[in-house]
Amino acid sequence: MHIPDGFIDGRTAALAAALSATGLGLALRQVRRELAPKRMPLLGLAAAFLFAAQMINFPVAGGTSGHLTGAVLVAALLGPAPAVVVLSTVLIVQCFLFADGGVLALGANIFNMALVAAISGHAIYRCVWRLLPGTSGRLAALAFAAWCSTVLASIACAGELAFSGTVTWSAAFPAMAGLHMLIGLGEGCISALVFATILRTRPDLAAQDLSMRSDGNRRRRAGYGLLVALGLAVFVTPLASSLPDGLETVATRLGFEHRAAPPLVSAPAADYRISAVKSPAATTAAAGVIGTLAAFGLALLLGRTLAARGADPVAPPRR
Amino acid sequence: MRFHLLEHAHVTSDSPVHRLPAEIKLAATLAVLIVTVVMPLSRGGCFAAVAAALVASAAVARIPAGFLLRRLLLLSPFVIGVAVVNSLSAVASVPWQLVLMRSGLCLATVLLLSNTTPFSELLRVLRRLRVPPVMITTLALMYRYLFVLAEEAERMQRARTGRTFTRRRGIHWSVLASVAGQLFVRATERSERIYDAMCARGWK
Repeated sequence: MHIPDGFIDGRTAALAAALSATGLGLALRQVRRELAPKRMPLLGLAAAFLFAAQMINFPVAGGTSGHLTGAVLVAALLGPAPAVVVLSTVLIVQCFLFADGGVLALGANIFNMALVAAISGHAIYRCVWRLLPGTSGRLAALAFAAWCSTVLASIACAGELAFSGTVTWSAAFPAMAGLHMLIGLGEGCISALVFATILRTRPDLAAQDLSMRSDGNRRRRAGYGLLVALGLAVFVTPLASSLPDGLETVATRLGFEHRAAPPLVSAPAADYRISAVKSPAATTAAAGVIGTLAAFGLALLLGRTLAARGADPVAPPRR
Repeated sequence: MRFHLLEHAHVTSDSPVHRLPAEIKLAATLAVLIVTVVMPLSRGGCFAAVAAALVASAAVARIPAGFLLRRLLLLSPFVIGVAVVNSLSAVASVPWQLVLMRSGLCLATVLLLSNTTPFSELLRVLRRLRVPPVMITTLALMYRYLFVLAEEAERMQRARTGRTFTRRRGIHWSVLASVAGQLFVRATERSERIYDAMCARGWK
C-alpha cells in the first residue's frame, strides 16, 4: 500500500503532509510527556521489530505469501500515540533507506498506514474488547480491528489516488477495498496469533498500553479521531457521494478492467458487487456490511480457538 | 521482500557525489522530485534533462547501472500494475506513460540519494531542522537495530526450519507467529538492556 512518488499530485501531497505532520506532532508531544524514560528505547526497537517481522513470510495458497503489517498489533501493545511514532519511523526509514514509498508521498503514506491504521484500529480494538471480555474476546477484538484498519487504510489510499486523478474512484475503490478485505483476513489472523504468543510468554508486555493509565486521554483520543475523520472527509467523501453516476458511466470500462487485472484483484472486485441489488451505491454498502460481518464472525471464531488452545503443542518453551 | 536485496552496497565507496554535504543532496533530491511530479507530459525536454542529470550523477558516483535497474524493477510492481490498468481504461485523467516516467525517475532519484548518503548524515540534517528529539532517537535506534533484529529473525527462522518437518499450513502459521512473538519479546528485553547502557553512559 506504499504510494510511490508521481502517483499523487502536489495538492493531495501537501494536504496529507499537513494532516500527518499534525498527527505525528500530537503523538510525539504525548509520548514526550507521558512515556517513562525507561521505555524510550522501546519505540526504536519496536520499529526495528516491525521491520524484521515483515520479513517473516506466511505461506498463502498457490505459492504466494503474506506478511504482518502490524499497525494494530503495535497499537495494542504500546498504545495509540507510541504506535503512531513507531509506524511513522518505519515508513520514514523505508522511504529514505530503501526507496519503498515516495518522498513526496510520505505524508500520505504516514496518514494511511500510521494515523488511520493505528488510531482507528486501536479505537475498534478497545470498543470490541469492552463488549467481549476475556482472552478470547481480546484476541477476537485484535483480529477484527486489524482487519478493519487494513481496509480503512486502503480506502484512504484509494481516496488519495482518486483525489489526485491518477485513477478513477470507481476503479480504485472496489479494487483496493476488495483486495484489502482479503489481505486484512491474513493481517488479522497473524496479528492475533502473534499477540497470543506474547500473552502466553510475557503477559506483562501486553499490559503496557500507555493510554490505559493516563487521565484526560479521552479528549486527546477525540483529537486524533477528529484528525483522521477530517482526512477521510477530505479525500473520500466528495468521491463517494459522486459514486453512483461515476459507476454508471464507466460500467463498460469496469467490466473490461476486471478481465485485464491479475486474478488476485479481479476475484474480490467481482465478488464485491452483488448482482441481486440494483443500485450501485446500495450494492457497495451491502457488500461492505456483509464483508464486515463475515470478518467479525471469523475473528470471534479465531479468538475462541486461540484462547481454548491453552496447552499449545507448538508453543515455545517458557523461559 | 528479502533481506539481501535491501543491502546498500555502495554507501561506503568514495566519489565526489558521496562527499557532497547531505543538506545539498537532500535539497537537490526534493527539487528533482517536485519538478518531476509537477511537470506535464508535453514538456518532454524536462524529463530528458532530469534523466540525463541522474545518469551523470550515477556515473560520477560509480554506481553500476545494472544494480540501479534491478532495484528499480524490484520496487515497481505496483507502479507497473497501475500503469497497465490506466493504459486499458479510456477515461483516466493521467496517461500511463506519464505515470511510468514520473515514478521511474523519482524512484531512481531516491535510490541514488540512499546509495550515496549514510543514514546518520540524514539524521544530522533532521536534527538541524529541529525535528523533535524523541523522533531522532527513535529513528537512530531503529536504524541501529534494524539489521540486528533482521538477522535475529533469520536465525530464528533457520532454527525453526531445522526442527520442523511438517508443512501443514495451520501449524506452520502458528509456529511462524510464535517466532514473530518471540522476536517482539527479545526486542523488548534488548530495549531494557539498551536503556541501562544509555544510563551508564550518562544519557539525560
